[in-house]
Amino acid sequence: MSATPINASAPRPGPPLWLLAELTYRCPLHCAFCYNPLDFAQHGDELGTDDWLRVLRQARELGAVQCGLSGGEPLLRDDLEVIVAEARRLGYYTNLLTSGVGLTPQRAAALKAAGLDHVQLSFQDSTREVNDFLSHTRTFELKQRVAREIKAQGWPMVMNVVIHRLNIDHVDRIIAMADELGAEYLELANTQYYSWAYLNRDQLLPTREQLRRAEAVTDHWRRKLGGRLRLFFVAPDYHDGVAKKCANGWGSTMMVVTPDGSALPCHTARMLPGLAFPNVRDASVRDIWFDSEGFNRYRGTGWMQEPCASCDQREVDLGGCRCQAYLIANDPAAADPVCRLSPHHGDVVTAVERALAPVREQPIVFRDRAASLRLSTAAEPTIAR
Amino acid sequence: MSEPAALDGGVRPRIGNGFRLQWEPAQSCHVLLYPEGMVKLNQSAGEILKRCDGERSLDEIVRDLETAFNAQGLAKDVHAFAEIAAKQRWLQWD
Repeated sequence: MSATPINASAPRPGPPLWLLAELTYRCPLHCAFCYNPLDFAQHGDELGTDDWLRVLRQARELGAVQCGLSGGEPLLRDDLEVIVAEARRLGYYTNLLTSGVGLTPQRAAALKAAGLDHVQLSFQDSTREVNDFLSHTRTFELKQRVAREIKAQGWPMVMNVVIHRLNIDHVDRIIAMADELGAEYLELANTQYYSWAYLNRDQLLPTREQLRRAEAVTDHWRRKLGGRLRLFFVAPDYHDGVAKKCANGWGSTMMVVTPDGSALPCHTARMLPGLAFPNVRDASVRDIWFDSEGFNRYRGTGWMQEPCASCDQREVDLGGCRCQAYLIANDPAAADPVCRLSPHHGDVVTAVERALAPVREQPIVFRDRAASLRLSTAAEPTIAR
Repeated sequence: MSEPAALDGGVRPRIGNGFRLQWEPAQSCHVLLYPEGMVKLNQSAGEILKRCDGERSLDEIVRDLETAFNAQGLAKDVHAFAEIAAKQRWLQWD
């Protein structure tokens, strides 16, 4: 690991408040919008329980306080209860981000006993039936059972629905269903375009008109619901010409640890070329957070090129998303092309216009191991263990 | 979730379901933790919330604060804070 960061002017960060533990990339679902890396099937062995406990302790020492347990599907880890119990003992607020598949009453009770603070239940799972899923009785019954179980254990009832062109016109029924299930919070999260979602972008990107209608439906429901169900509508980046801060600022508040131990400043940073990210097997969380080349590379504003470097919004949006800059402009140090001031903004505009008259030349690629192996580059696996 | 009962000095507020209040040494302040989120609390908010154990009434909390900080006439501010906190679901009471 490099001792001298390339970005010499990187400001010293505060604590990594949010630790996202991606426990596994194994998953029973095949979502077309998944942001797990395309080459996940080539990643190295999963971290063991002891590794995760060590990461939890080290990150907590630095001040991490929110712990997300995610993946893939975190319920596939047999040691989940052990990890949850340690996180709770250390003082984290723990969030299980799950499809609910495998959350039996027994498992729910065990996780509650271990001290899990909250379960975020995702809707919108298997996209092979995406157009029919709202009327797909079996799916609805599974979610009803899991939702009842969540309430029975006394957890806040939080739901997350990934929104894209294939379901955005159903927002009314999605909200109605969440209300019927007794949700207290519903996040309508328009998908971001990385990894599998980027691959399938032409089929997933909604039109501006669809977005506007969905927001109007959401506002209408907000007025109707009063306080009993809180709705969050997260708009996609592509439509309004404004960049958002990446992960609240690269290396400022969040650390992601992937199933094989790579530490990243965001879920998808591994795709960026010319940048090495450390592994928790080899380095302490403290060294990773404060001194690693990867975490310092795009901290602050000193690394920026024009138009960001002299822009009066640079402290507000911090140049936007590095991964989007790489995916669209082929340069991770460029301005995020979703920003109307980026020289590559035209590519984003074109993508939004294409959503109006989509051409189906490529079928949707569903996330699974076979596709991942097929899509993986010829480069060597990230970690050979 | 139903709206809280009207606020008067006799209510016994407690931290809302799904929220947790704790002192964070790394941030030198109290925080309220909730699903994927955190509210940093200033000193007075922290002092009020840490007394909301579901057993003490709001009147008792006001008196306790006045004693602890050698102050008077805190009722109005504490009530105003409790109302805001209830709207945010940080506090609940029967």
